[in-house]
Amino acid sequence: MKFTKNALNIDPARETERIVQFIRQNVRQTMRRQGGVVGISGGIDSAVVAALSVRAFGPQKVVTVMMPDKDSDTLSEKLARELAAGLGLKPLLEDITGALTGFDCYRRRDDAIRRIFPEYDASTGYKAKIVLPQDLLEAGTLNFFSVTVVKPDGTEENRPLAPRDMLEIVAATNLKQRSRMSTLYFHAEARQYAVMGTANKNEYAQGFFVKYGDGGADIQPIAHLFKTQIYQLARYLGVPEGIQTRTPTTDTYSAPCDQQEFFFRLPFQTLDLLWIALEHKVPVPEVAQVMGLTVLQVERAFDDITRKERTTQFLRMLPPIPTPAEPVSL
Amino acid sequence: MNTPPDTKTIEPQIRQFIASNILYSTEGFTYTDETSLLREGIIDSLGVVELVEFVQTRFGVKVDQQEVIPDNFDSVARLAAYVRKKLAGGG
Repeated sequence: MKFTKNALNIDPARETERIVQFIRQNVRQTMRRQGGVVGISGGIDSAVVAALSVRAFGPQKVVTVMMPDKDSDTLSEKLARELAAGLGLKPLLEDITGALTGFDCYRRRDDAIRRIFPEYDASTGYKAKIVLPQDLLEAGTLNFFSVTVVKPDGTEENRPLAPRDMLEIVAATNLKQRSRMSTLYFHAEARQYAVMGTANKNEYAQGFFVKYGDGGADIQPIAHLFKTQIYQLARYLGVPEGIQTRTPTTDTYSAPCDQQEFFFRLPFQTLDLLWIALEHKVPVPEVAQVMGLTVLQVERAFDDITRKERTTQFLRMLPPIPTPAEPVSL
Repeated sequence: MNTPPDTKTIEPQIRQFIASNILYSTEGFTYTDETSLLREGIIDSLGVVELVEFVQTRFGVKVDQQEVIPDNFDSVARLAAYVRKKLAGGG
């Protein structure tokens, strides 16, 4: 492969047609489902999947569902409505705050945050998010999660997470994605539709999804595309400008948190180019030269990509089942 | 008065911690002290957090976020060297 900065460019028309055929074949012919349900968040990935689903099934056979909770950015719903209107769809609104309160999601999460920040009080305007260090290329720091609290006066403070606190905060917030998945399956099963997954390659292969949460879907039509390629499809499909220019967010924590600070640690344009170079085994010095990075920086990024892929393997695994029991006698 | 950490047995303590709390191994730590914990997939992001907490509580060293790098945490040998350096007042 001749590695250039254009290595991620695709033909969006051709790729759209290919994915539309893939959806039709799998959903209609294999799954025997007549349409699709898409959770739309106001983000680029769900917007592209909704647009592809409309092309595959027609607007009459696509249901879009907005599923905010009390921590969601109100911009998400506004953009989701704009997207649906452009596709000729009437989105459903399912506020999952009540379900999450029932699961004790907020209390469990906030109790864990208070062990680190005793003064943290969501009812008085405190907000929180989980972040990774942002100096991957410069310092090569490891994926060491910490919690950042935004105080009512707007100042921020960051403290490291202990294992128990990290696990409890993540487990509590994962209830959000799993509640959304349950809601989508209600709407899909009630109509004989398939749940359309919205994970891109970055999320799926690097493990930035919740098992049986946003990873719970009947089909993953864009999980082979790098984030930067999703943007190419979005432009071609006419996704609203406000969605195309929005910074990708987790929209999971009460404090604004973009996907770079939470997980990916690099701008997508940089990450995706490095990743496609790694996949095509482009020599490190050549990658460094094309991208204007040092060899050490490229190696650090390669290590991070490889590590995340490897250590999140269990998220992509189907539950292992033992081989058949051996009968005593036939 | 707190008992000072036993610096002669840092490596065995790290090995035992990883085997029991990260690998959930019944056979102990079956790698060498130089094995890359990251490349071998022995520790993930939770493992990193666990190792940081372990060295802070077991050896009483304060780990700065900027010090959580492969040079200090990628193997038993490197982590032991890091702990010794911190205990000696370096870094």
